[in-house]
Amino acid sequence: MKRFYILLGAVAAVAAILIWRSSQPGTAGGLSSAGAPPVAFTAADSAFRGYVLGSDTAPVEVIEYADFECPYCGQFGVVQFPEIRQQLIATGRLRWRFRDFPLPNHQWSRLASHTVACADEQGKVWEAIDVVFARSSAWAQMARNPSGLFRDLMRGIGLDMGRHDACMDSQRYAGRIELSRLEGLSRNVGGTPTFFANGVELDTRRFSNSDAFTALVDSLTAGRR
Amino acid sequence: MRHRQAIALLALAGLSIALYLWLHKIGVIGDLRCGTGDCEYVQTSAYGALFGVPVAFYGVVGYALILAVALAGLQPAFLGRRWPTRLLAALAVGGFLFTLYLTYIELFVLHAICRWCVGSAVVITAITIVAGSAVRRES
Repeated sequence: MKRFYILLGAVAAVAAILIWRSSQPGTAGGLSSAGAPPVAFTAADSAFRGYVLGSDTAPVEVIEYADFECPYCGQFGVVQFPEIRQQLIATGRLRWRFRDFPLPNHQWSRLASHTVACADEQGKVWEAIDVVFARSSAWAQMARNPSGLFRDLMRGIGLDMGRHDACMDSQRYAGRIELSRLEGLSRNVGGTPTFFANGVELDTRRFSNSDAFTALVDSLTAGRR
Repeated sequence: MRHRQAIALLALAGLSIALYLWLHKIGVIGDLRCGTGDCEYVQTSAYGALFGVPVAFYGVVGYALILAVALAGLQPAFLGRRWPTRLLAALAVGGFLFTLYLTYIELFVLHAICRWCVGSAVVITAITIVAGSAVRRES
């Protein structure tokens, strides 16, 4: 019986040590928050004009400035955008341009933006945007770094995780994310989401659903006839 | 006596896994060491909590109960009694059914596997088998 209690104590001690070690900072093996803006930008950062979905010949282009941690952006991305994509973008009537606008009060926005940028490298940016928005309620309020969840999500959309991890470690898209934000600021973007249609800022309160975008595209297309 | 010792050791292993997942869920531990699994995805899904309580916490309580009953059953006053074994079997079956439900959610709803959850499933299955065979022997 004594040997049993010694064994039980040893198992408890090993488990306690493993759990304690896991709770220490720096042992998690996760990525950094990618939260700090870079000090220098590359030519590629400056040349990047956002993620584009839709035909080059579409008569209307909407630019969306969005923050992945913003609940309104998430709601729009999950509920309204699929309809817009199906009814307007897929039919060649509208082209969508997505620009990062990470808000300073959102802890994980830049990390989410960088995750999406790395998915773009493997040709899966829209799948990445969809899942990051769809699961934003899970990661946005996390006290800890949500890079593990992002990694699971990216694996779920079929990314090569070796390439993805290398991309995230390099933080090579931090510059273009910051430039995207600066571009938004230069256009007086004050919150998210903010939309511009053919260069004109839209009243976000009116453009919170797909019907409003359909009416907008109808009116702009009619004006060109 | 041997089966209660085995169950106590298994319950301690299960308790460690559940405690690890629960501490992660409440933010004490950073990234889960999950290897090739989808632990974060499973943990942060809508099925990561039941009635507002993290699923892992049910595991902590369940394994702690099994451990306590197994240790109590090893005390001289209870060694000859049948009730600790029966209670252990009842607790194990409850935990096993709960694990079946969670595994179904992982495989057919989330389409994602958390290897720590698989570890816990193996532990509770082993406890159920040991407790079940012990009940049969004592009957």
